[in-house]
Amino acid sequence: MSEVILKTEHITQRFGGLVALSDVSMEVRAGEIIGIIGPNGAGKTTLFNVITGMYNATEGSVSLLGQNVTGWKPHKITALGFARTFQNIRLYPRMSVRDNVISGMHCHTKSGVLASIFNTKSKRLEDKKCEEEADEILKILDIYKDRFEMSTSLPYGSQRKLEIARALATHPKLLLLDEPAAGMNEQETEDLANIVHRLKDMGYPILLIEHDMKFVMNICERLYVLNNGCMIASGTPDEIKVNPEVIEAYLGKEE
Amino acid sequence: MLEKLAQKMVKYRIPLIALALACAVLLPFLFPDKYVIRIGTLSLLFIMITLSLNLMVGFLGQMSFGHAAFYGIGAYTAAILTTTYQVPFLVAFILSGVMAGLFGLLLGLPVLKLKGYYFTIITMVFCEIIRVVELNWMSLTRGPLGIMAIPKPEIFGFLFDSPQRLYFFALVMVILSTLVVHNLMNSRIGYAILSIRDDELAAEAMGIPVFRFKMVIFIISSMMVGLAGAFYAAYTSYIDPSSFAASQSNNMLVMVIFGGLGNVVGSFIGAIVLTVLPELLRSLAQYRQLIYGVLLVVLMMVKPQGLLGDINFKYIRQRMERKDSTTEEREK
Repeated sequence: MSEVILKTEHITQRFGGLVALSDVSMEVRAGEIIGIIGPNGAGKTTLFNVITGMYNATEGSVSLLGQNVTGWKPHKITALGFARTFQNIRLYPRMSVRDNVISGMHCHTKSGVLASIFNTKSKRLEDKKCEEEADEILKILDIYKDRFEMSTSLPYGSQRKLEIARALATHPKLLLLDEPAAGMNEQETEDLANIVHRLKDMGYPILLIEHDMKFVMNICERLYVLNNGCMIASGTPDEIKVNPEVIEAYLGKEE
Repeated sequence: MLEKLAQKMVKYRIPLIALALACAVLLPFLFPDKYVIRIGTLSLLFIMITLSLNLMVGFLGQMSFGHAAFYGIGAYTAAILTTTYQVPFLVAFILSGVMAGLFGLLLGLPVLKLKGYYFTIITMVFCEIIRVVELNWMSLTRGPLGIMAIPKPEIFGFLFDSPQRLYFFALVMVILSTLVVHNLMNSRIGYAILSIRDDELAAEAMGIPVFRFKMVIFIISSMMVGLAGAFYAAYTSYIDPSSFAASQSNNMLVMVIFGGLGNVVGSFIGAIVLTVLPELLRSLAQYRQLIYGVLLVVLMMVKPQGLLGDINFKYIRQRMERKDSTTEEREK
């Protein structure tokens, strides 16, 4: 079996009396594309927020490459290797496309405040390297020609790609995509599927939340199904398709 | 129209900077009049203040109404050290920056975790607290009497006693602080700061320690304005608490917003225009404040982001350079 990248054990998240997640355990291994599906309000995004440190889980633990990261600050977790995108796009609106990507490199670049103020040689070299790397990433995602435009002037599909580019810039060990295909038309969804495959070939494990069943079934090797905060099923797309509990969660009970 | 002008400015940036520098250097020789040099020196002082406040408000996106407090802390530190304790100017000057930075640290630690308006209100209150302390701590600050006979700046035996010399002292301060702000903003720290301004949550998720950078910028900004305060004390040789009241904070903020949030050139324009304009309008006596007010209202209606607030010279340059290279490729 290949190496375990992400492992969550018995995650429970309560908001006051509301139980958003209860006893969720899952794992992602190297080179896998894993999907999390479930009806609205099932707790998918909450799970993402717990994994990336935005919420502190009430119970349970999250570990990355065997390192327990439960309770860490989000920026530390990102520096260690989880990079995410957002369900509702959160780019930096007043920065250019390329600067959005460069800003993602913060956690693995080094120049300090004084080096910046005195504009030292090592700082200038590092800047140059960042610019080149950003151009490379933008080429992979096919938005290189727009690199000097403002991020918000891009069409919707490209903005989603730019979010992935910014996440890649952090050198992640696991990419977390929160509904990457939301609001995309068929053509854009197909593009996205190609990109996800390319990223997989480059060796990035991916964990994604998605509503578009066709997209998920085509692309993911394994799926986890959440409903009302509980993990009700896991397995290959084909197993999930015929699982009675999953069908019930999505379509309701047969009378 | 402003976009076109900005493109021209970018294209001729090197001669323009040289010209501005030449004008700044030659001013005290072309107009040796004391009054003109005084306006020039005050403009420079306010450029430095506006730059430091712009770092906080324009680049980091944290509205601060409390910068007059740090300005006052710097001024009082320098004044007390050089008069009561006879400390040499250079040492007092540096210590006043350190002192202002220290207060920035102490205020920032609890307060920078607050968001938006809450932070702004606390900076306002802080400004008032500092003014009241200055007014009432008689044994240290002499309260409303103020501190008199503050010695002129002296560095390694060189005395800045004439208006010209003080003007050049201020000019060097402005050049240095411009370099600090410009270099800082064109580095990975700058990217982090702009990310925080644009979306704090996304910045944190992308691996940027948001709170740490807010602290760093708050401290740097307070230090810069503290140094400006120290210069002000030595320049006017008399300070009292009324110079560091909330109205002074507002004045600084108006300059930043007038010139444009997050734009270094804007800070220059804001500080110079709003220092010189009231002097030009002096002959209109009682209508002066009225005209000044109307002008500000009109600007806020026409360009609420300030003159250069929505202009990013770096991006304009990048786009122009790309256009040049693509047309060249086509010609080949």
